[in-house]
Amino acid sequence: MIINRLKHLLSAGTALVSMLVLWAVPASVQAEWGLNLQRPVTEIARVQYDLHMLIMYIVTVIGIIVFAIMFYSIFKFRKSKGAQPAKFSHSTKAEVIWTVIPTLILIVMAVPSTKALLLMEDTTESDMVVKVTGYQWGWHYDYMEEDVSFFSKLTTPQSQITGTETKGENYLLEVDNHLVLPVGQKVRILLTARDVIHAWWVPQLGGKKDAIPGFINEMWIRADETGTFRGQCAELCGKDHGYMPIVVDVVDESQYQAWLDGQRNKG
Amino acid sequence: MTTTVADHHHDEVPKGITRWLFTTNHKDIGTLYLWFSFTMFLIGGAMALVIRAELFQPGLQVVDPHFYNQMVTVHALIMIFGAVMPGFVGFANWMIPMMIGAPDMALPRLNNWSFWLLPFATSLLILSLFVPGGGPAAGWTIYPPLSVQGGMGVDLTIFTIHILGMSSILGAINIIATIMNMRAPGMTLMKMPLFVWTWVITAFLLIAAMPVLAGAVTMLLTDRHFGTAFFDPAGGGDPVMFQHIFWFFGHPEVYILILPAFGIISQVIPTFARKPLFGYTSMVFAAAAIAFLSFIVWAHHMYTVGMPLSGELFFMYSTMLIAIPTGVKIFNWMATMWRGSMSFETPMLYAIATVALFTVGGLTGLMMAITPADFQYHDTYFIVAHFHYVIFCGSVLGMFAGVYYWLPKWTGHMYNETLGKWHFWLTIIAFNVTFFPQHFLGFAGMPRRIPDYALQFAEFNVVSSIGGFVLGYSQLILLVVVIKAIRGGKKASAEVWDNPEGLEWSVASPAPYHTFATAPEVR
Ligand SMILES: [Cu+2]
Repeated sequence: MIINRLKHLLSAGTALVSMLVLWAVPASVQAEWGLNLQRPVTEIARVQYDLHMLIMYIVTVIGIIVFAIMFYSIFKFRKSKGAQPAKFSHSTKAEVIWTVIPTLILIVMAVPSTKALLLMEDTTESDMVVKVTGYQWGWHYDYMEEDVSFFSKLTTPQSQITGTETKGENYLLEVDNHLVLPVGQKVRILLTARDVIHAWWVPQLGGKKDAIPGFINEMWIRADETGTFRGQCAELCGKDHGYMPIVVDVVDESQYQAWLDGQRNKG
Repeated sequence: MTTTVADHHHDEVPKGITRWLFTTNHKDIGTLYLWFSFTMFLIGGAMALVIRAELFQPGLQVVDPHFYNQMVTVHALIMIFGAVMPGFVGFANWMIPMMIGAPDMALPRLNNWSFWLLPFATSLLILSLFVPGGGPAAGWTIYPPLSVQGGMGVDLTIFTIHILGMSSILGAINIIATIMNMRAPGMTLMKMPLFVWTWVITAFLLIAAMPVLAGAVTMLLTDRHFGTAFFDPAGGGDPVMFQHIFWFFGHPEVYILILPAFGIISQVIPTFARKPLFGYTSMVFAAAAIAFLSFIVWAHHMYTVGMPLSGELFFMYSTMLIAIPTGVKIFNWMATMWRGSMSFETPMLYAIATVALFTVGGLTGLMMAITPADFQYHDTYFIVAHFHYVIFCGSVLGMFAGVYYWLPKWTGHMYNETLGKWHFWLTIIAFNVTFFPQHFLGFAGMPRRIPDYALQFAEFNVVSSIGGFVLGYSQLILLVVVIKAIRGGKKASAEVWDNPEGLEWSVASPAPYHTFATAPEVR
């Protein structure tokens, strides 16, 4: 019996602990161990991050309450402890309560979600436009007002993939030509694809969006800080779906202009 | 002819292979379905182990990316259409006639046919792995244009889906006909066991959803071979339309996979809590509400395709609504346990685990309903974790609860409780070791359906793979338990458990080949 009880305790414990990990561990450690969403560097990514934390707290609390009640029942109402079964089989009051309270919680969640969505879908008043085209298996970037365009492909050597060489720091997250964007500017991204559906995703810059042949999708990015940000194709697109990363350099305005000049001279 | 001959025929159990080939007996067909389901479970599981072996470490070690994609695709198809759906039809065949006091299913020959379609269908699917170009590799969702690129394996998959769909629809018709027409006198609709209720709702979902999938894959077939352009933008078609049609089937499909499991645990928990099911009426209505809502939430699987704002808002709100009836069900099970007198035999352990871990999957589902956040979660390992908590912990653990619960009724012998408990604890622990870390992988940005990954994902993938192998091999214990119970063991009484409710416990264990030739009286 003791062993049985210990087993229950253990499983209750593991469930609770794992749910609490995200709560208790400081954000910096979480980022390092990859426990949570990557640190956001755009307004959209930040809004998504905050919303994610809010709903995760809510569902964690709900989860803990549900688990607590279940394990309390498991310990308390055991036949081996001589528990006598009650006879009740319904209670309108209880059922109304557990219909109404979840409804209220849902409303609490719906309000910030709606706001966030309105923000994300507002692609007006952008400062510049970049067209992103997915293909099997890489990306093509077109700075539509600047007459600059180029392909961007994985540079991780095959030898690292097959393991004959040690894997580099940015294994599978490195490309020949980075997408370069100016900091603080609202960049409208147009997405399409040449062959099959891909999805363009740089977690720190915001959510993903599908690149679909025959369609133009749009999203926007305004990076708050400079740096290099990495992502991947997020929609299964064939054999090398795992090998079409995205690397974005966010630079300040003067560097951006210098880079543009360099690109134009190349062309 | 004379009645004596008929009666004589009645008691005799046919012998040999023809018993199984030509059988019209609901128990035989149920057995066939269950063995078929378990076989597919092991085959699909083996494919999952190929996936976990490749993901054990970054880099390519075991398979090439194209074969990896085939494994991802066929694993899902086999598990959904080969293991879970036929498994529940097996339960329906065995239990529904006994639960409603009917002598057999309403359409016994159709029943035989709907089973025997299955082995042919799944053979085609497995065969596809060996044709030139290999099997389907576009994911189980077979999105065009990628699926249009595939080889002959995709065509075999389309035929597989057609045949499986036919089997499911025939099975569903049979179940509805049985429940509507063959209930014992006094067995009113609102007296039916919850398993029967959830199945009748599931059957309607099947009839509504499967033809939609059949239509979608037929359009895919004509796009591939007959020059149509339903989904080809170059010919004026629309690849996103496929996703809309697919998920219009796909979301009800989720509830097709889960509702019968809800039914099973609604039978199991009251028995071991020694207390009637809490809120029977609201359970029925919650299941019906979930079924209705399942038809108006489909686009939450495709928030990232670029929908108008109004569409995104509609699907977010409607999806969030599903939390309400689902919550009602979970709270009702908890209230059934509350102030009961519980004992923890293997079926009860599985039922409790189903409620607890399905709750985890339900809560992550609620997170994904939130459109802006889902732009981060979509197509990551967070999704993979979520649907395994729902489908493995909801459907499969629910099925395990049912197997242990009714095994003594099926075989006439008690199963080995020690082995059952081993199976339970290994499964639960290994499952969580496999899939809980995948939540974190998804948060950290690991896309799903990739054979190789960046180095920051390495640690959790090691943990997940180790868990996966333990989980896979633990399932062999179930095989041993079942075989042992068929061969012998402690004799089971008619009631088996402590005063369980339901007509199935009024017949002997093992249940005679024919039951309720005379309808029982239900008060
Ligand atoms: Cu891609």
